[in-house]
Amino acid sequence: MDTSLIIETAYFVAALLFIYGLKRMSSPVTARSGILVAGWGMALAVVVAFLYGFDVNERAQPHLTMNIALVLIALGLGVGWAWYSGKKVAMTNMPQMVALYNGMGGGAAAAIAAVELFSGNAQAHGVVISILAVLGGLIGSVALSGSLVAWAKLDGRLNRVLRLPMQQLVNAVLFFASLATGAAVVTAGMAGAEPPMLLIAVFFLIALALGVMITTPIGGADMPVVISLYNALTGLAVAFEGFVLQNPAMIIAGTVVGSAGTLLTLMMAKAMNRSVTNVLFSQFGGDEEGDAGDIQGSMKASEASDAAIAMYYASKVIIVPGYGLAVAQAQHKLYEFVKLLQKQGVDVRFAIHPVAGRMPGHMNVLLAEAGVPYDIIADLEDINEDFTQADVAVVIGANDVVNPAARTRKSSPIYGMPILNVDQAHQAYVIKRGQGKGYSGVENELFYAENTSMVYGDAQKVMVQMIDAVKALG
Amino acid sequence: MDFTSTITGFVALYIFMLAAFTGYEVIARVPAILHTPLMSGSNFIHGIVVVGAMWALLNAGSPLEQLIGFVGVLLGAGNAAGGYVVTERMLEMFKPSDKRDAAAADKE
Repeated sequence: MDTSLIIETAYFVAALLFIYGLKRMSSPVTARSGILVAGWGMALAVVVAFLYGFDVNERAQPHLTMNIALVLIALGLGVGWAWYSGKKVAMTNMPQMVALYNGMGGGAAAAIAAVELFSGNAQAHGVVISILAVLGGLIGSVALSGSLVAWAKLDGRLNRVLRLPMQQLVNAVLFFASLATGAAVVTAGMAGAEPPMLLIAVFFLIALALGVMITTPIGGADMPVVISLYNALTGLAVAFEGFVLQNPAMIIAGTVVGSAGTLLTLMMAKAMNRSVTNVLFSQFGGDEEGDAGDIQGSMKASEASDAAIAMYYASKVIIVPGYGLAVAQAQHKLYEFVKLLQKQGVDVRFAIHPVAGRMPGHMNVLLAEAGVPYDIIADLEDINEDFTQADVAVVIGANDVVNPAARTRKSSPIYGMPILNVDQAHQAYVIKRGQGKGYSGVENELFYAENTSMVYGDAQKVMVQMIDAVKALG
Repeated sequence: MDFTSTITGFVALYIFMLAAFTGYEVIARVPAILHTPLMSGSNFIHGIVVVGAMWALLNAGSPLEQLIGFVGVLLGAGNAAGGYVVTERMLEMFKPSDKRDAAAADKE
C-alpha cells in the first residue's frame, strides 16, 4: 500500500500549523490559541506516523508486530508520564521542567542517530547523511546530558558548582575527541565497512560526558540562558536527524526552533547583561568580593501597616516583584492587596525586570497564575521613566535588579546591568526576609537611601498584615 | 505513485535557510513577558522528533535497535506531551483585565 501521499500531506500541514502556532504564541493576545494550533499539528503528525508500519524495510519485516507494540508502549508511557508531571508541576518549578522535557527531545534525536548509525542505514545513504547523523547525535547527546544537569541544578538536587582545574582544557579535549570519533565512524562507513559498534558507543559516551562537563561549572543564575541554548541545540539536532530520515516536518520544525531558540537565547542573555560566551566560558558569582566600600547612611526599618497606609493614600504605586515573592507563595495575597488599592482609586502597576524570577518572563507567568491581568504589568523599558512620578515603589523579594550601584559603581560586578529605578520614586519600601545580600553578593545601596524603608518579614505574612491594615481603614 | 520527498543537496540548504529565517522572524520583537512560555512552546515543537523515533523503531531490525528506538520514542513522546502541557498551562493564565473581569462575572 502506498501511504507516502498521506504522510507527506500530513507533514506539510503539521509544519504549517507549527509555524502558524509559534507566530500566534509570540503575542499575549493570541498565545493561548497558538499552542492549541501547534498541538493539533503534533497530534496529526504522530497519528499519521503509524502509516510507516505499512512500508518498513526488509530487515524489520519479521519484527513488525513487536515493533508496533513497542511504539504503542513507549508512546503511552512517555505521554502518560509527561502529561501527569506537566499538570502537577508548580509554576515556580517551570524552568527545570522545561529543561527536563528539552533534554528528552535531545535524547530522542540522539537515539535516532544511534539507531541509524548502528544499523548502517545512515552510512548507506552516503557521506553527507552520515555526517549529519553524527552531528545530530553529538548535539542531541550534549543537549540531553546538559539539560539533565541544568534540571538537577535548578531543582536543587545538585547545589555545588563543580569546577575541575583546567576545566576549559578538559572540555576542549572532550569536544575534539567526540569530533574525532565521529569522523572515524563516518570514514569507516565510507570505506564500506560494517558499522564499528564499539566506536559508535564510545562516540555517544564522549558526547554525553561533554554535555555534563560544559554545564556543571555554570552557576544557577545563568541556567535560564543555558536551557534556552540547549533548546535551540535540540532543535538543530532534530533538523539534522530530519535530513537523515528525509522527514520534512522534522527538518522544518527543528530548524525553526533552532533559529528561534538562538534568538531567544541572545535576547535573554542581553536582558541579563551577560553574553552567551561569558555564560559558557567564564565563571560568575561566589569568587569576587563585592566592594561594599563607602555606602552612606543606614537601613531604616518600617512596619508593614505603615507601608500599607502610605500606599493606600498614594495616587501612583509601582510594585517590583522578585523571585522571593514566588518562593514565599505570596503573589495571590499581593494581588488581593492590589485590588484593595485599586478600589480606592490608586493607580497600581507592576514593574518586571527582565530577569525577575528564574528566567526571563517567569515572573509574568507567576503573576498571571495569581490572576494579575497582563496590562498592568510593564517591562523595564516601558516603566522606568515613570518611577520619578511614583508616590510609592514597593520591592518584594528582589535585590540586585534594583541596586543603583549597577548604574554608578564601576567596580561592582553588576555594573552595567539595566536596573529598575526604584531609587527615583518618592518613597520606596523594600519587603525582605532579612538583611542578607542578593544573589551576586553585592551590598544594595538602595536599602541605605534616605527615602527607603525596609519591611522585614516573610512576604506572605507581610502581605496579610498589609491587607489587614488597609481593611481596618476602610 | 510514490510521493516521498527527497531533500538533498541545495534543495536541503534552501529549506534550511528559509526555515531558519522563518524562526528568526516569528520570534523577533516578542515581548519579554512571553519569553518563558515561548521557550516552552518552541521546546514543544521540537517534540516532533517523536515521529522520527517512531520511524526508527518501526524499522528496527535487531534487539539493540529496538531498545534504542524504544528509548527514543519514549523520550520524544515525553518531550512533545510535557512541552504541550506546561506551555498550555502557562498561556492559559495570560488574560487582559476586561476578559478576566468578564470571566469572574460569569462565575458569580
